[in-house]
Amino acid sequence: MLKRVHFKHPVLPYLLVAPQLAVTLVFFIWPAGQALWQSMLVEDAFGLSTEFVWFENYLALLSDPQYLNSIKVTVVFTVSVTALGIGSGLFLASMADRVIRFATGYRTLLITPYAVAPAVAGVLWLFMFNPTVGILAYLMHGLGISWNPLVNGSDAMVMVIIAAAWKQISYNFVFFLAGLQSIPRSLIEAAAIDGAGPFRRFWTVIFPLLSPTTFFLMVVNLVYAFFETFATIHATTSGGPANATNIMVYKVYRDGFEGLDLGSSAAQSVVLMLIVIALTIIQFRYVEKRVEYGT
Amino acid sequence: MIERRRGLTIFSHAVLWGGILTVILPVYLAFVASTHPLEDVLSAPIPVLPGDQLIENYTAVLTGSVANFGSAPVLLLLANSLVMALGISIGKIAISVISAYAIVYFRFPLRPLFFWLIFVTLMLPVEVRIIPTYEVAANLSLLNSYQGLILPLIASATATFLFRQFFLTIPDQMLEAARIDGAGPIRFFIDIVLPLSRTNIAALFVILFIYGWNQYLWPLLITTDQDMGTIVVGISNLVQVTEAEPRWPYVMATTVLALIPPVVVIVLMQRQFVRGLVEQEK
Repeated sequence: MLKRVHFKHPVLPYLLVAPQLAVTLVFFIWPAGQALWQSMLVEDAFGLSTEFVWFENYLALLSDPQYLNSIKVTVVFTVSVTALGIGSGLFLASMADRVIRFATGYRTLLITPYAVAPAVAGVLWLFMFNPTVGILAYLMHGLGISWNPLVNGSDAMVMVIIAAAWKQISYNFVFFLAGLQSIPRSLIEAAAIDGAGPFRRFWTVIFPLLSPTTFFLMVVNLVYAFFETFATIHATTSGGPANATNIMVYKVYRDGFEGLDLGSSAAQSVVLMLIVIALTIIQFRYVEKRVEYGT
Repeated sequence: MIERRRGLTIFSHAVLWGGILTVILPVYLAFVASTHPLEDVLSAPIPVLPGDQLIENYTAVLTGSVANFGSAPVLLLLANSLVMALGISIGKIAISVISAYAIVYFRFPLRPLFFWLIFVTLMLPVEVRIIPTYEVAANLSLLNSYQGLILPLIASATATFLFRQFFLTIPDQMLEAARIDGAGPIRFFIDIVLPLSRTNIAALFVILFIYGWNQYLWPLLITTDQDMGTIVVGISNLVQVTEAEPRWPYVMATTVLALIPPVVVIVLMQRQFVRGLVEQEK
């Protein structure tokens, strides 16, 4: 899109875009191209020669039990984080929308986790769930629940899901609260006059009007759970125990930097890239159709 | 609200307090743990009230005088994080505002190509191209340097996109009037566009500062020299001690120090933050 009126200058516009273009080409476009190229190469065991193999690395992934496990782990992880984050965000926002007193105070406290780094969030929950010193582990032992995320895979999964979702609640809360506050009061009043109680109003009037926000947040949360939780995983479980929390983005890092299997790691990167592009396209298409419901 | 229902209002407050407790509890316990001697934290049940080692523990981590600490002094890590976060936020705003200006206000050949090249990066998070990006940084000898920490992270197009959207809402009459008064493109940018963008810049600054401070994967890869490390990565080094229980009071003192700056920024600049978030995603 362009302004109807605009400047004409032989060099200035080039100078203005040059810095961003340079960084983009050097650190984005070129590496992404490299990733694509590397994903079609196989290196011999000594790293002496490489061979171009087309899609062999991708085909190998499909029959790799570790990769299939990683897909399964990623699905469980992302779906849980998204559901937990969106559910609690919506619940808290609808409560905050109801109360007038202390509303700002509540908001301030509830948005703070956004500022906490995913790695730091992971460490905080790791401490609370630690089998020897953690307060939550202590309480659970008191209730007779055996708990050890360092050894038990599903315990570890629960821990990283909670740590990742905890960080995301504040983000969802901010969006839901903004969405709720832009719903015209008259609509809700009309429903109330027709005799709908608070819960009925929520499900028949408020929730449908929030659906664009909910959909948008679903995409954002999926992308978050896919990529940004790398730090949460790395700082807490390192993908373990026994690959129970080895999500796809973590496996890319492990195979590439620790296993030095560049071809496979690059192929996995490209798969992730396709997933994120698909999510972005869905988001843009939907955002364009976003329902406007006035001020 | 529409009708007064005491029960429901009390319920709302209760839920919100529950939410706040979930938010505060981990941070509070981290603080408590950071104020006790090591032995107290290692024996269950762990204390729930602050201890008396606050100054000792924090001095120990800040100056790095703890034996076998396995990391550079935290004060240095905090400084590195600050340089990185400021570098990313200021750098990204600077390059995005001028490139968005060029894309919106100029008509020149290659404009569509540039536009496309920049905006395709909206879809490429750093996680999916880590190895080749690492190789590029290594070839440019950017490992263990501030430039290496900052440059690859300032390229993404989110900020450019936001400025572009905002510039498109500035009425054309502004430009016409400025031209009649004889203003050129640079004058118009400095006197009209920048002042109008002030609130957007502030909002973006909050989000980018937190984004930069909380970066993990990239600093983890490109800093092998401990003196160049960032605080967020430093914490995970403290947790991942092999064959031993982490030294929790020190870990937690470091954790508290790592979360203070972004939390302070977000609490002080709440309005800008919410504005920036909601607008950025539109």
